[in-house]
Amino acid sequence: MIRFTNVNMTYADGNEALRNVNLHIAQGAMVYITGRSGAGKSTLLRLIALIDRHSRGQIIINGQNLERVRNRRIPLFRRHIGFMFQDHRLLHDRTVFDNVGLPLVIAGYRHQEIRKRVQAALDKVSLLPKINSYPMSLSGGEQQRVGVARAVVHRPAILLADEPTGNLDPALSWDTMKLFEQFNQVGVTVLIASHDLDMIKRLQKRIITLKSGRILTHAGTPMEES
Amino acid sequence: MKPVNKKKNTLPNKNIKSELKRRFDMWILQHLQAFIFSLGQFAKYPLSNILTSAVIGISLALPTSFYLLLDNVRFVSSNWNGSVQVTLFLQTEVDDKQAATFANKLKENELINETTLINRADALAEYQKLSGFADALNALDENPLPNVILIKPATDGMNETQTENLIKELQTMPEVDSAQYDSQWIKRLLYLLDIINRVIIILSTLLAIGVLLIIGNTIRLSIYNRRAEIEITKLFGGTDSFIQRPFLYSGLWYGAFGGIIAWLLIGTSMQMLRGPVKQLANLYASNFELIGLGFVNSLLLIGIGIILGLCGSWISVKRHLSAIDPV
Repeated sequence: MIRFTNVNMTYADGNEALRNVNLHIAQGAMVYITGRSGAGKSTLLRLIALIDRHSRGQIIINGQNLERVRNRRIPLFRRHIGFMFQDHRLLHDRTVFDNVGLPLVIAGYRHQEIRKRVQAALDKVSLLPKINSYPMSLSGGEQQRVGVARAVVHRPAILLADEPTGNLDPALSWDTMKLFEQFNQVGVTVLIASHDLDMIKRLQKRIITLKSGRILTHAGTPMEES
Repeated sequence: MKPVNKKKNTLPNKNIKSELKRRFDMWILQHLQAFIFSLGQFAKYPLSNILTSAVIGISLALPTSFYLLLDNVRFVSSNWNGSVQVTLFLQTEVDDKQAATFANKLKENELINETTLINRADALAEYQKLSGFADALNALDENPLPNVILIKPATDGMNETQTENLIKELQTMPEVDSAQYDSQWIKRLLYLLDIINRVIIILSTLLAIGVLLIIGNTIRLSIYNRRAEIEITKLFGGTDSFIQRPFLYSGLWYGAFGGIIAWLLIGTSMQMLRGPVKQLANLYASNFELIGLGFVNSLLLIGIGIILGLCGSWISVKRHLSAIDPV
């Protein structure tokens, strides 16, 4: 469950990224956040992940008031979140196995458990044969799927994806989105920031449109008045 | 795969022991991972890492070898210190017989341990033999050398003033021309060694700071080289201690390898010096042998390397890791 109440975010340089944002995303929902560059999509995701702290208002994630999460507890808080990026951000000096296994290593899992889960995650994105390859030897689409596997390998409650299809052709983008839908179906709350409006309209999920830091429209189901 | 957030519904009291054990196991496991990982990183770029270690090794070897030098000089000079002797030059009028009686009389003094009489004739013969001035000395009508008595003071429990008083007393005796006590230069040597000791302490401190800076800088570079990894790790919930652990272990490895290199350098140098020093010692009829590092000091050297490595990386990690935030 994600709830924003009158959230404002002003960066240190005075840039007002979010203005009076109210929104509620139920557990297990799948939501697209759209808007132009600079509309505040990334900021919204950053606030949820506690990469930045909001300036005013209240954010509650899975029953936790983010203001009450002390800096020391941020790492533990983030272990319930999976991340996806436009530029994959894989580690090029590590194999696919090591990349995908990273969240599990951080959480202190044993090697056998890590192997099991990494294999399952890679199987899900059809990349099991590439488990010992290095990211550089993979195509862009494959790298993106490694990123997806890494984002879900630790079974997060929330999956945050920032422009996950920005560098992919339409067919691959569609596949990636469908992959997210599959994770959503098993209970993960999925938030995807994307400006590819044509595609996300076809996916028939809830869409939140941001403009200059304000919520412009809510479309799709379920909807909640802000 | 079921990406569902699991929430355990277990009683805390009942499971507190197993939870503690689990955490401890995890802690050990993560340390082991960081330990091996950092060694792997070391092996990945062997040349640059060995170069860094070599610089550290040389910085450690320099003060260590000075200490060894000091140790050896101290050892040698402590031997001399025990064999301080007073040389009495008798008046030239005193003949052999009188000299022998005088020597025996001196022995009765409780401050004197031993006396050795060197006859003026013997002294001349020896001098002729050693000096190479045999012809010149033959040309002289009479022996210009006086009788000499070597006195070994009872050094046990004798302090500086007692020795000096003894010499004053000897000097006033009618038979004695002059008394020489060769302690002055040993004193000077001891003071000199003291100064050298201080210089070594200063030098060691400076070089230790140098090692800290070298390791700190190396770790700083590797932090920036692995920025992407740190960001991702922070994003997926890596704690600060998790992130800094491999860097601290890298510092440890640099220090340890630096210490080992220093040890090798010193060992090789000692081996090279051993032969010539022995030959020199033989000339002085001494069986002195160079004092090496020994087992304990070798461990100490490597230990100091490790401590410096850890400190250097710790300073660097504290300064630079917090500056990296996930973007």
